[in-house]
Amino acid sequence: MNAFFKALLESFRDLLPILLVIAFFQLFVLQQPFPNLLQMLGGILMVVIGLSLFIHGLRIGLFPIGENMAYDFARKGSLIWLLLFAFALGFGTTVAEPALIAVAAEAATVAVNGGMIENTPERIESYAYNLRMTVAVSVGFAIVLGVFRILKGWPVQYLIISGYIGVVIMTAFAPPEIIGIAYDSGGVTTSTITVPLVTALGVGLASSISGRNPMVDGFGLIAFASLTPMIFVMGYGMLI
Amino acid sequence: MTEWFNHFVTVFGSTIHDVIPIVVIIFGFQLLVLRRPIPHLKRVLTGFVFVIFGLAFFLMGLEEALFPIGKLMAKQLTDPVFLGIELGAIGDDIASHWYEYYWVYLFAFAIGFSTTIAEPSLIAVAIKASEVSGGAINPWGLRIAVAIGVAVGIGLGTFRIVTGTPLYIYIIIGYIVVIIQTFYAPKSIIALAYDSGGVTTSTVTVPLVTALGLGLSNTVPGRDPLLDGFGLIAFASVFPIMSVMGYAQLGEWLAARNSKSDNTNSEGE
Repeated sequence: MNAFFKALLESFRDLLPILLVIAFFQLFVLQQPFPNLLQMLGGILMVVIGLSLFIHGLRIGLFPIGENMAYDFARKGSLIWLLLFAFALGFGTTVAEPALIAVAAEAATVAVNGGMIENTPERIESYAYNLRMTVAVSVGFAIVLGVFRILKGWPVQYLIISGYIGVVIMTAFAPPEIIGIAYDSGGVTTSTITVPLVTALGVGLASSISGRNPMVDGFGLIAFASLTPMIFVMGYGMLI
Repeated sequence: MTEWFNHFVTVFGSTIHDVIPIVVIIFGFQLLVLRRPIPHLKRVLTGFVFVIFGLAFFLMGLEEALFPIGKLMAKQLTDPVFLGIELGAIGDDIASHWYEYYWVYLFAFAIGFSTTIAEPSLIAVAIKASEVSGGAINPWGLRIAVAIGVAVGIGLGTFRIVTGTPLYIYIIIGYIVVIIQTFYAPKSIIALAYDSGGVTTSTVTVPLVTALGLGLSNTVPGRDPLLDGFGLIAFASVFPIMSVMGYAQLGEWLAARNSKSDNTNSEGE
């Protein structure tokens, strides 16, 4: 019980900056009272409880399973299955991501306004759907590449810097309407459940392969997952 | 009360919807490919239940308490009437009056910082990094470094929307700085720094920052919300990379200075 109370207190501390910012701007800058103060306090309580539960679940569920699977794959020694798992994890967690669905729909509107596609419901829907698939495939590819890098021990910066150069080159050729969306799509792909799992997988792999350092080699999977969608989405914009 | 309950059911349903593909993939591979029992299965399953309920409560609370007021605030703060900007008098030359939007920049900075501190996926990565580094990386130090990066990024992003300069210029310059820093930063921080660009933008930050970008591009004359409203997330993904590497460089520099002043003439570390 004591531990739970301590967890609540920690979550409250995590939330405190937002509360201060909102209170400051509401009371001193906009100089307005809080509407529905009671509902707000109830909501804050839910956020605090929710965050505490999530962090606890992370420690006993998501982290152990991610690391454990990494150990099991390393012991099994089958590269194909590991890479297939990496792809499934990247693709599967991205394709149904609500933030991505929203961005894809907005991108379709931009494409219509820019005259890139015809203004028919079927065309808009297929544009949004294909864009979503493009991003999901790119995240799957990113996790595969990231896992392969951990196995080989390649320095992360060479791949990331090559990726940056790819982004810059693509920017020069992609239609201007797609650029903002492409740049943002890198950020929306990594959800709150995917990040801990993928991090645990990378760190687990790097710790179970001899010669790899979990700090140097274990991280970096998320970085790939935020970079490849930018390149793939701009590529998609160029093809359509 | 029934309204509240219905809302909770909706949020809970969408959380389940998010978790299902992950559960299917994990258990599918574990049972069919690895064919090994999951150690502490009961504990792990309890963990998943905690994660689902925790996330549902978290999202529900955000939607009840913080998102409505945060979004309203973004709208009010970007209103030219509030900012005391007479658009008629300025005409189309908003860019040279960029400083009149100072409340917007301050709000962007503050909201970028504070939402990042509360971001659950960043907390997760900070816990893991502290564990893996044997405590050498302080979870709070990392989180504050990332939050400063996001704050500067979002602040600069709103400045870009006001002035209407192209997004790619900022991002490409950002990349160049990141590449230069990569050569000088301690090796062990590089992968983590790159990762922190991607983890910052999820549950808490994206809705509020998107509202800010859309509000701003709606009220600044000559900006198209569909074209200029995007891009803030991209800023929030590049700048934390710099701030985290900077944080590690600062730590290394301080350690080097201390060891010098201690007069320990040892070579290497």
